[in-house]
Amino acid sequence: MSESKKALATFHVNGEPHEVAFAPHKTLLEVLREEMNLTGTKHGCELGECGTCTVQVDGVPILSCLSLAVDAVGKDVRTVEGLAQGSELTPLQHCMADLGAAQCGYCTPGVLMAADALLKHNAKPSRDDIKEALAGNLCRCTGYLKIFEAVELAAARMRGEKAEPSKESIYGS
Amino acid sequence: MVLDQPVGRVDEGKPAAPWRHDVKKEDLKHIGKPIRKVDARGKVAGLTKFADDLTLPRMLHMKLLRSTVAHAEIVSIDTSKAAALPGVKGILTGKDLPIPFGILPVSQDEHALCPDKVRFVGDPVVAIAATEEEVAWEACRLVDVQYRELQTIGGVHEAAETNEPRLHDYGVRGNIHRLENLEFGDLQDGFARAEHVREDTFFFEGNTHLPMEQHATLAHFDKDGKLTVWSSTQTPHYLHRALARTLHPLPAHHIRVVAITNGGGFGGKSDPFNHEVAAAKMAMLTGRPVKIALTREEVFWCHRGRHPVLMRSKVGVTKTGRITALDFHSYLDGGAYGSYGTASTFYTGALQTVTYAVENYHFRGARFFTCKAPCGPKRGHGTPQPRFALEVQLDKIACDLGLDPAKIRLDNLAPRDSLTANFLRIGSMGLGACIEKVVAGSGWNERRGKREVTKDGRIRGLGIACSSYLSGAGLPIYWNGLPHSGVQLKLDRSGLVTAFCGSTDIGQGSDSILGWIIGEVLGIDPLGIKVVTADTDLTPVDLGSYSSRVTVMTGNAAMQAAERARDVLAKGVAEKLGVPAGRLVFADERVFDAEDPKKGMTFQEAIVCSEARFGTIGTVGSYTPPPAAAKFRGGGVGPSPSYSYSAAVVEVEVDPETGIYRVPHVWMAHDIGRALNAAVAMGQIEGSVYMGLGEAMMEEMAYRDRSHKGKRVFVHKIPSMLEYKSPSALEMPKVTTYVIEDPDRNGPFGAKEVGQGPLLPMMPAVANAIFDAVGVRVDEIPCSFEKVFAALQAKKDGKEGRYGPSNGADGVPVVDFGDALKIKTPWQGGDGTAWNEPKREKKAAK
Repeated sequence: MSESKKALATFHVNGEPHEVAFAPHKTLLEVLREEMNLTGTKHGCELGECGTCTVQVDGVPILSCLSLAVDAVGKDVRTVEGLAQGSELTPLQHCMADLGAAQCGYCTPGVLMAADALLKHNAKPSRDDIKEALAGNLCRCTGYLKIFEAVELAAARMRGEKAEPSKESIYGS
Repeated sequence: MVLDQPVGRVDEGKPAAPWRHDVKKEDLKHIGKPIRKVDARGKVAGLTKFADDLTLPRMLHMKLLRSTVAHAEIVSIDTSKAAALPGVKGILTGKDLPIPFGILPVSQDEHALCPDKVRFVGDPVVAIAATEEEVAWEACRLVDVQYRELQTIGGVHEAAETNEPRLHDYGVRGNIHRLENLEFGDLQDGFARAEHVREDTFFFEGNTHLPMEQHATLAHFDKDGKLTVWSSTQTPHYLHRALARTLHPLPAHHIRVVAITNGGGFGGKSDPFNHEVAAAKMAMLTGRPVKIALTREEVFWCHRGRHPVLMRSKVGVTKTGRITALDFHSYLDGGAYGSYGTASTFYTGALQTVTYAVENYHFRGARFFTCKAPCGPKRGHGTPQPRFALEVQLDKIACDLGLDPAKIRLDNLAPRDSLTANFLRIGSMGLGACIEKVVAGSGWNERRGKREVTKDGRIRGLGIACSSYLSGAGLPIYWNGLPHSGVQLKLDRSGLVTAFCGSTDIGQGSDSILGWIIGEVLGIDPLGIKVVTADTDLTPVDLGSYSSRVTVMTGNAAMQAAERARDVLAKGVAEKLGVPAGRLVFADERVFDAEDPKKGMTFQEAIVCSEARFGTIGTVGSYTPPPAAAKFRGGGVGPSPSYSYSAAVVEVEVDPETGIYRVPHVWMAHDIGRALNAAVAMGQIEGSVYMGLGEAMMEEMAYRDRSHKGKRVFVHKIPSMLEYKSPSALEMPKVTTYVIEDPDRNGPFGAKEVGQGPLLPMMPAVANAIFDAVGVRVDEIPCSFEKVFAALQAKKDGKEGRYGPSNGADGVPVVDFGDALKIKTPWQGGDGTAWNEPKREKKAAK
C-alpha cells in the first residue's frame, strides 16, 4: 500500500473554520468524524443506502458517505452539532425528543438534517412532503410515524402556532 | 370435558402482589405520562456516543478476514506477508483463542476465529490490528488461507438427508442440532372429537434485524492491568461471561464490559460475538486500545436473525370452530452455529396456547445446521413463524366453516388466570378487548369480504390476526438461583438519586423506565434522577435486553429498591417531624404529613435528615420471576411472569392482475398491562407494526446457490441495505393504535411487555387480507408481490389459488422425532411433569 499524500484545507462547519490535513480520497463523512471528531454524524452503510450520514452542504441535505471531502471545501457544511443555538435545542429537536421520535437515536442526526432542510424552504409541509423528504432516511425503530408528527409539530410551532401533539398520537385511539 | 367451558381454567392460588398493579390511574403522578426519555436530549443533539464514536490515544483498528467458502477445512494460514506490512501491530488466528463459546451453555460451539473449519461464507478466520483502518484491510488481503472444501449444506431438506459431513460433532445426529417432541394431553382423542380437520404447510423465510448501527467494539487493557470492553451489545452480562471463558486465565473480575448505547438491536446484538472476543484478545496482545467497527456486509454475516422455518400444522376443531387438538411440526434452518437456537426451537412451539385454549397439543421441532450465517433471536424470537402458520390456518378454518375469523378467535380465547396445556401460567389477558377494538375501529363487520374496488382498480381486503409475547423469560440462560435483575440506589445529600442497573437501553427506553418508576415511588421528577446502566464494574447484574424482560424485571427491581429508600427516608422524616412514618406522603419533591400537608420538608431535606440519623443512604432491589409451573424437560422455554396480547386488522389494496399490493391502514391493539409512558409505548407499538410490515411484504435473508467451475457457490444474496428491502417512510401506512391496559399482578404498576408482541400479527394479517381481497393464499413469508401474482396465475389456470411449500409428503423433511415426552394437561390432572421417559438421543455439547 502506498503512502497517500495528505491535503490541507479549511472547512466551514457549523459556522466555524476547521483546518484539516486529510487524505484526498476521504469522504466528507470520514473527515467530519475522524479528523474533526464531529461524531454526531453517523454511518449505517457507507454506500449511500440508508441516509444515516446526512449533513447539509449549502443548506442542501447530502449523503456525506458519498461525497468527497474536497468537494465541501469552501462550502457551508452543517451537521447535527450545529443545530442547537448554544444549549437551546431547535423546535424540531424538542419535538423529536418529546414525541419519542428518537428511539435508539442512530438515524436521528440524519433525519434531523433532512427534516431541517425541508422546514427551511417549506414552512407548512404536508404529510406527503415530509415522507418524500425523509424517503432516503431509514429508521428501524419508530415506524417513522413519530418522526412525521414531530416534523409537523415543529413546523406549526415555528410558524408561531401553539400546537400540541394529538391525543391519539400519545395515548392511542 | 365439556367444550363449552373454557379450556384450561385451573385455579391457582393468587401470588402476592407487591408491585402495585391495582393502583388507580389518577393516583399516579409520572407513570403513564408522556415524559421525555432520560436520554432524549443527547440523542437529538447528536451528543450520544455509540461504540464507533469512541476513540482512545494510540488506538489500533482491527479487521477480520472472513471465509470465502461455505464449508471447508482450513489447511493452512500464511500471515507472513501481512505481518511484514508497515503499520500492522497484531495478528490473531484460531490457535490464539482456542476456547469455544456461545450464548447458551448447551451450545458452546463458536470460536472467535475458526481454528480448523469454516462453516459459512463470512466465518472469521484471522484478525489483524493496524495503526490505520486501511492498513488492516490491506493486511487481510495479504493473508493466504488454503481450504479443503467440504459438502455445502444449504437448507433443512439437505441437512436432514446429509449425515456426513457434519457441520458440528455434537447435536442429535448428522446435521440435526435439536429435536424436541412434546405431547400434552390426548391427541388421538382430540382429533377423534374434531368435526373438521385441516393440515397445511407453511414457510417463513429468514430475515434480519438490520439495526441502523453496525456492531462495534473498543477494547483496552488499561493502566490497572484490567480489561475494559465497550461494545454495542444488548447483553453485557453474557459478553462478560464469554470473555471470562475465552480469555482464561484472566479473572472475570478483571474484565469490565460497558454496553454502550445501542443504535438498535432487535435481538441482533444479544450474542457474544467473534469480533468482541478477538478485539479483547488483541488489546491484551498489543497493549493498545483496539477498535473494530463492522461493515454493513459483516453485520449480515453476524446475523442471529429470524430462522427460516418450515411448518406443518394440523388442527382439529368442532363445528363451531373450537380447537380440540393441534399437531404442530417445525423445521428450523439454524445456520452454522447454535446461538440461541435451542430456545428458538422450543419457542416455535411454546406460545400458540397462550392466545387460544388448545385442549390437546403435540409439538415436534427440529433445528438443523446449515452453511449460513447463524440464526438466533429477532424481535418475537421463534414465535412469529408459528404464529403466522396458526393465524392463517385459523383464517382458513373460519372460511371452511363459514365463520367470522374474528369470532373464531374470540371463541377460542385462553382464559385469564389459567394454566395452558403446556403449563404456561396466564395472568391478565386482554386479547378479547384487543380484538373488539380493532374489529370496531376497522369496520370489520361491514367492510370484510366486500371486495371494494379502488379508483385505480385495486381490490380492498381486510385481514385479522392476533398474538402474544413474553414479558421476559421465566428462567435465566444459566440456571441458577440468582436474581434476573438488580438495582442499586444512591441517595446524595444534594438531593440527587442515582440508579445503578445492568440493564441496557437499545432505544426501547429501559434507562427511562428506571427513572419513571423510582420517580413515582419517591415522588420526585424522573428527569432529575441519574441513571447509570450496563457497566459490569459499576452496576448490579441485569441479564440483558432480550425477551422483552426489562420492563417487568428491571422495573420490579427498581421498585423494590425505591420502596426501601422510601422506607429509610420515611423513618428519618417521621422521627424529625414526630409523625408516624405510615402517614407520610412522597410527592412533588416533598415528604409531608398526609393529614397536614404543610408539615413536611423537601425531598433533599429528607435525605439530609435521614443521612444524619442513619449514615450514608443506599438501597438495593432485585427481581426473580415466579417459579414455572412446567416441570418437564423443555418446560424452561415459554414461562414468563406475564404475557402481552395483540390483535391487528390490516387493510390491503391488491392489483388483481399483477399481485402488487399496498397497505394503506393498520389497526393495532396491544394489551400491555399498563403503559409506564404513553408516548414511549406508542412508539414501541408503531415500531412493531413497521417491522412486521417489512417482514410481511419484503424482508428476506436469502442465499444465492450457484455452481461455478464445478463447485457449489453458496453466498448470502443481499448483504446490503439497498438489496435487503425494508420499508421506507413512503411505505409506512396509517396506524390506528389502541393501548389496552389489563394490569398484571406480576409487573411494576401492572405493566407487561410492550413492543415485541405487535410485530407478530402483521404477517398473518397481511396474508389473510390478501385472501379477503383476491381469494388467493400465500402460505409463505415474505408475502411478496410475485408470490401473490403466482397464486393469482395458478387460480386463473384452474389450479389451487395458493403459493407456498408443498402440502404433500415432500413438503417437509423426513425426520424421526423419536418418542414423545408425554405430559398430562392441567385438566387431565397433570402436575407439570412428564409421565414417561423416552430414550434420549442427543448428547450435550462439549
